[in-house]
Amino acid sequence: MTQANSAQATNSVLLLFAHPGQSGSEVCLPMYRIACDTPGVTCVDLYAEYPTFNIDIQAEQQRLLAHKVLIFLFPLFWYSTPSLLKEWQDLVLEYNFAYGSKGDKLHGKPFLCALSAGGSEASYSPAGYNHFGLRTLLSPLEQTAALTGMDYLPPFALFGARSAAEEGRLAPHLERWQRLLDALVAGTAPNPRTSLPNDRASLVNDWELLFNDKAALMNDWEGLA
Amino acid sequence: MTDIFLQAFVYLLAAVLAVPLAKRLGLGSVLGYLVAGVAIGPLLGLVGQETQSIQHFAEFGVVLMLFLVGLELDAKQLWQMRQRLLGLGGLQVLLTTAAVAGLAFALGQPWQIALALGMILAMSSTAIVLQSLNEKGLAKTEGGRSGFSVLLFQDIAVIPILAILPLLAVGAPATEASHDEMSLVAGLPGWANALVVLGAIASVVFGGRFLTRPLFGYVARSGLREVFTASALMLVIGIAALMSLVGLSPALGTFLAGVVLASSEFRHELESTIEPFKGLLLGLFFITVGAGIDFAMLLSQFALVLGLALGVMLIKALVLLLLARLFHLSGSDKWLFALSLAQAGEFGFVLLGYSQQQGVLGSELGALLSMVVAISMFLTPGLFILFERVILPRVTRSANARETDTIDEQGPVIIAGIGRFGQIVNRLLRANGVQTVVLDREYAQVERLREIEMKSFFGDVTNPELLHTAGIASAKMLVVAIDDVDGATALVRHVRQHYPQVAILARAFDRGHTYALTDAGADWVVSESFHSALTLGGEALTRLGMHPFAAEQRKTAMLEREKAHADELYQAWREVRDNSDRRKRYLELFMKLEAALKDDMGKDRMAGHSRSLSGWTPPPRGYEKALAADEEQTPPSSPA
Repeated sequence: MTQANSAQATNSVLLLFAHPGQSGSEVCLPMYRIACDTPGVTCVDLYAEYPTFNIDIQAEQQRLLAHKVLIFLFPLFWYSTPSLLKEWQDLVLEYNFAYGSKGDKLHGKPFLCALSAGGSEASYSPAGYNHFGLRTLLSPLEQTAALTGMDYLPPFALFGARSAAEEGRLAPHLERWQRLLDALVAGTAPNPRTSLPNDRASLVNDWELLFNDKAALMNDWEGLA
Repeated sequence: MTDIFLQAFVYLLAAVLAVPLAKRLGLGSVLGYLVAGVAIGPLLGLVGQETQSIQHFAEFGVVLMLFLVGLELDAKQLWQMRQRLLGLGGLQVLLTTAAVAGLAFALGQPWQIALALGMILAMSSTAIVLQSLNEKGLAKTEGGRSGFSVLLFQDIAVIPILAILPLLAVGAPATEASHDEMSLVAGLPGWANALVVLGAIASVVFGGRFLTRPLFGYVARSGLREVFTASALMLVIGIAALMSLVGLSPALGTFLAGVVLASSEFRHELESTIEPFKGLLLGLFFITVGAGIDFAMLLSQFALVLGLALGVMLIKALVLLLLARLFHLSGSDKWLFALSLAQAGEFGFVLLGYSQQQGVLGSELGALLSMVVAISMFLTPGLFILFERVILPRVTRSANARETDTIDEQGPVIIAGIGRFGQIVNRLLRANGVQTVVLDREYAQVERLREIEMKSFFGDVTNPELLHTAGIASAKMLVVAIDDVDGATALVRHVRQHYPQVAILARAFDRGHTYALTDAGADWVVSESFHSALTLGGEALTRLGMHPFAAEQRKTAMLEREKAHADELYQAWREVRDNSDRRKRYLELFMKLEAALKDDMGKDRMAGHSRSLSGWTPPPRGYEKALAADEEQTPPSSPA
């Protein structure tokens, strides 16, 4: 049920990009452009497609059916997605499509949040001014994935986004992003439910193997095991 | 020639003076006309002999009125009325005739004369009753509809009565030359007569259904209003002539034609064209009734005339009350039915004259009865006032919840102009279950809409009469979308003035027109081009490389900027209109608006203070470090 057709086999990843102020975007927009140039990734600029928030539910559901992997790419606004992406969730993830007795259309699809955050990594901790870890703050999305039967992947985040470029952190991030996309298209990305055993040590190991880079590790995965 | 002018002037002056006064006093226009007639006739002696002949002419108003009544009813409604028509109407004529005849016979009149009197006095006044019912908004009530059924039946009953009357003659006919009127059926055997009559009716129905549409369409396309008026009059007069030729009541024939045309797209335009003629002729008719009262005779036999008139009205009212009971009319409807039809009517005059010609009645009795009929008609507006002032409040008080149940058959929204603009509005409203009445003066537009089964009517919307018949008085809203700048403004002004409860939404052509419409009293005005131009502008920005969401924001900003300056520019426009020296000031303001707009677009919210352009802008660089520093100074309070 989850696979649409073979014609979509090369376009297996669906990336929904939500950024309402793209002229001020330094992280997400370059990430989006990279994704657009990656074979096998269908890229959707939600704010371009629905500037008046008039989301075509039918078309969006068809798009979901036609892809194996779902990515949200967005700047973190007030610990959540920009409003249009929230509207997309509210409207598209319908009863008996995404959840409910017949709502199995998303079952088994890996789901990744790729985001930029203004605060530093340290601020997203009990001691920091954001007080919560990123994973805790994104728990509504994680639970949405759980209820819709999607496999929730560790969020792919760049912290301190406003200073990332001048501090030289942007270029390596974009490089890792490219590799992550390729791995998702190829189906070789780690999946916490299927390809990863239920213990944190080996999960960390897998991300390390993938990116060969400790900085890409997400800092808040205790709860998964 | 001078005579005619003088006479016409006297009649018109009397009406102009008396009718508005009567209306203001709450007495109704009919009483106003009657009093005006009394004033210029018996009181001042300004008119005299000619009233008889004028009255015959003015009776054509009744014909026009029945045409209009027919237009309000389509065949389906008429069929639904059949029970009331035959039952109520038939019984009213039969029982009243029997009661009056019986009484007359008991008082010593020969049975022939008694029967003739019964039939003559059974008739009520279509003219007074329908006019009063309409004027007081009672026509659509149960009592009003029942009354109308009876009047319609009486119109039909006149035909057999005219046939029976000569058989009742006891003496020789007073005049020999009563039959030199033209007739198609004179001297024909009975079966041929019936065939001709049926043929005439069939031709009215068939012609009304299949010939009038192309005819009116042809005339309407010419765009000449007066020719349309001429063709409407031609239709009614032609039918009246045809009916007279075959010995039927002209009123009945035009009523039938009205029913046939009730479902046509020309209905409202026909109504508004015929309406003024009807009004004038009926008014004239009422005046002649008043003017025709012979004061000398009235004074000499005052008690007798008044007693007879009151007696007749009492008998008729009792019969009507009985019928109301039989047909389950209750409350105010029962009283309206009984009181409204209690008078004798204009058909009474006709039948009286005819009876005298045929030698059924002597001239003295005829003159006396004419007076009785006239007085009873004169008293009718009084009965309506009695109903309105005394009975209605009482009944409403006792059955408060029930009476408010009036059905309005017109749409709550009138759309004036159904071209490119009005059509879209209409489709949106219709799709959402809003009832609309659509009017346009382009016949081609109406025709096109009718093809796709949208109810629309042809007519000049700027004509107040058409608006009225389309139901502006009971409408919630008027959408002005006509293709005529000054016409639209005039229309808005007219409706605002006369129907302040109607919400007016208007389409403007340009900035100046927007202000003119606002000034005329429109509640809400939209420029026909602004929003589509904005959409195109946004598309242009997008195609030039701007992000669609950003383009959307810029469109919104422009709209907001317009709104912010709308008042200021409107005031300036008013000043320019009143004083052309201010034109410079208006141009200055306009330039200021343009500059402000450009200014807005260039800034983002953080950099400058744009009030119009709203959108997301990133926080300043290094803001997170400042936040972290703040955090160290003040210990965190747990947000959870």
